[in-house]
Amino acid sequence: MNKSAYSFETKKEKIENHIIVVWVDNESGVLARVVGLFSGRGYNIDSLAVAEVDKKKNISRITISTSGTPQVLRQIKLQLGKLIPVHKVADFPLNKKTLLREMALIKVISSKTQLEKAKKLCKKYKYTILDKTEKSFVLEISALKKEIDELIKKLQPLGLASTSRTGVVAMTKGSEIYKQN
Amino acid sequence: MANLMTGAEIIFKVLEEQNVRHIFGYPGGAVLPIYDELKNHKSIKHILVRHEQGAGHAAEGYARSTGKAGVLLVTSGPGATNAVTALTDAYMDSVPLVCITGQVPTHLIGTDAFQECDTTGITRPCTKHNWLVKDVNELSSIMHKAFEVATTGRPGPVLVDIPKDIQFKKGKYTKLKFTKSNNKSNLKSNITSNKIEETIRLIKKSNKPILYTGGGVINSGPEATELLRELVALTGFPITSTLQGLGAYPGDDHQFLGMLGMHGTYEANNAMHDCDLMINIGARFDDRITGKIDEFSPKSKKIHIDIDPSSINKTVAVDLALVGDVKIILEQLVSYIKEKHPDFNSSNKQQISSWWNQIENWRKKNSLGFVNSNEVIKPQYAVQRLYELTKAQDVFITTEVGQHQMWAAQHYKFDKPNRWMTSGGLGTMGYGLPAAIGVQVAHPDKLVIDIAGEASVLMTMQEMSTAVQYNLPIKIFILNNQYMGMVRQWQELLHEKNYSESYTAALPDFVKLAEAYGCVGIRANKPDELDGKIAQMLSVDKPVIFDCVVDKIENCYPMIPSGKPHNQMLLGKQDEDDKISEEGKVLV
Repeated sequence: MNKSAYSFETKKEKIENHIIVVWVDNESGVLARVVGLFSGRGYNIDSLAVAEVDKKKNISRITISTSGTPQVLRQIKLQLGKLIPVHKVADFPLNKKTLLREMALIKVISSKTQLEKAKKLCKKYKYTILDKTEKSFVLEISALKKEIDELIKKLQPLGLASTSRTGVVAMTKGSEIYKQN
Repeated sequence: MANLMTGAEIIFKVLEEQNVRHIFGYPGGAVLPIYDELKNHKSIKHILVRHEQGAGHAAEGYARSTGKAGVLLVTSGPGATNAVTALTDAYMDSVPLVCITGQVPTHLIGTDAFQECDTTGITRPCTKHNWLVKDVNELSSIMHKAFEVATTGRPGPVLVDIPKDIQFKKGKYTKLKFTKSNNKSNLKSNITSNKIEETIRLIKKSNKPILYTGGGVINSGPEATELLRELVALTGFPITSTLQGLGAYPGDDHQFLGMLGMHGTYEANNAMHDCDLMINIGARFDDRITGKIDEFSPKSKKIHIDIDPSSINKTVAVDLALVGDVKIILEQLVSYIKEKHPDFNSSNKQQISSWWNQIENWRKKNSLGFVNSNEVIKPQYAVQRLYELTKAQDVFITTEVGQHQMWAAQHYKFDKPNRWMTSGGLGTMGYGLPAAIGVQVAHPDKLVIDIAGEASVLMTMQEMSTAVQYNLPIKIFILNNQYMGMVRQWQELLHEKNYSESYTAALPDFVKLAEAYGCVGIRANKPDELDGKIAQMLSVDKPVIFDCVVDKIENCYPMIPSGKPHNQMLLGKQDEDDKISEEGKVLV
């Protein structure tokens, strides 16, 4: 019998996937604050992408792919908004209005015929060969997460040796941008 | 070239500009330059504690009794880690603290140097914000910012970690600037007149209203308390309060239903359950308040007034949210009612009269009643006598955590804000004694009493030495039942009376302990000697440890057993066996 709970969890709400984008001061420890908030409060991070986007204003943009109940997702945004170095928080809807991209570098090491097969498989996706030898190639692909997942699965039997992925980044379509909240 | 100052000088310059009069601290290697500078700043008095946790709780008591930020100064490593409990406590209960920690010199950070720890890493989840100062030229602006963050919006603790080389280095001082640049600190009210009108519409429609108020009213300042009292008078509505909100509304007023929640009154909890309109002012639907969340006040419209947007809809969905400072929103509400419905109370009396009748019926249960004894001191009786014998004075009460805390909340009546200091969110045993020291430092001429349990108070007992050093005549009123009473109570009710490790077999003789510290020890064993001994305690102008020997097995009632909603309370012994179901036993 579990004697540690405070109360039973009764209502099970549906889990949704969201892309949360956070603009922060690019200062030491800021990523730890954001990530620590997620782990400390039991929120999920499915992927994370972060880099400076405005050198003059010293602003970094953090893109977090997360999942949770509507109540949890609301808390994530409000709790992020309370962090001192956070300038704004945006919740990008996962629909036609949002552009999503993830980039991956993929290395395949194999025999010549297998390498040819592998390249054929990739044709369906937009890719660039960055490096090529007799026994291997490295390709760059920029696509949706599920497309990259799919490709990796297919390349597995053909000598996929190494994968490096960036995590998803997002942008709204059209002329709209997120204002300071 | 501008006047350059050392880091240590800059720290004091900031403290002076921030009007800091007292700091609580403990020296050590990494803060020695700051301690060296102390002698040059006569307006700032340093209180030397005996453990850094004590410094933190003392600063909390100071902050909660004054409304100003409490300041503590500790060394690196163990100094910082010892302060973590107090920082977390302040974070949970929204108490403004500024904690200054020393750090090993910049070039040694990351080398596992002597007394090094990742202070900003450790304290990140228990502060509103923290800073590691890497450039002496940024020290003054960071320090000023620290005070701003601690005291504005929803208050809370902040920490500034200052490496020893930065304390020595010379740098520029930047004066305190009053800016509105930080939107986090100046959380603006989003209250449009529409929202005020919607609130009034719900107020007018309601047949069974209740005001549920919390610590946010007190944090908003004395004016908020005045406005709350006006609102209660203007509406004629019943009001209940959380543990942290006690004192915002007079505890002996007829419209006050007492505290709500796990050990709240029968009338308050039933009114919360059955109401059709709940107005939450500065409270956060804590799990000790709501009981079983699915059955929490099922029929009511809920309005939530809070400065922290993340408190809205966190655990309880509300119908109308007013995000902003309680004072500003109450001002809007009160002036709207005064202007548009000046006779609302009398014209609305009829509409809520049957609700009041219902409440009076609940009240008749006298849920705080207990069976008194001539043989042994009942803890409730002890708190009642303490209240009766001190209520004529302006008293400040702190507590530890456990049964005595709940009895104090139930039986000691407060009529002013900032008079009640207790650890609610974190539930820190050992809070009350050092908190009392902080309160007494801030209010040297007032009566300060820590209503304590013998188990809790031993956790920070060493601070009696601090009280003696600074002639702080705090009164430690121990309800001594030799058990960790609340643990024992839960074991009796939920764990088949298996009193596993909740009895303290070798307690010190508290009277001798008091004498060893150089203060006064008093013991009361029998109910008929209690009044005389309390009078004796009050007549002593020294710290006192009062060992009040009480009934060992008294339980704290009423009580909402875990897993139950508000309308299924245990009122006393006869109720116990019927109401705690098997499944309820797994929930603490």
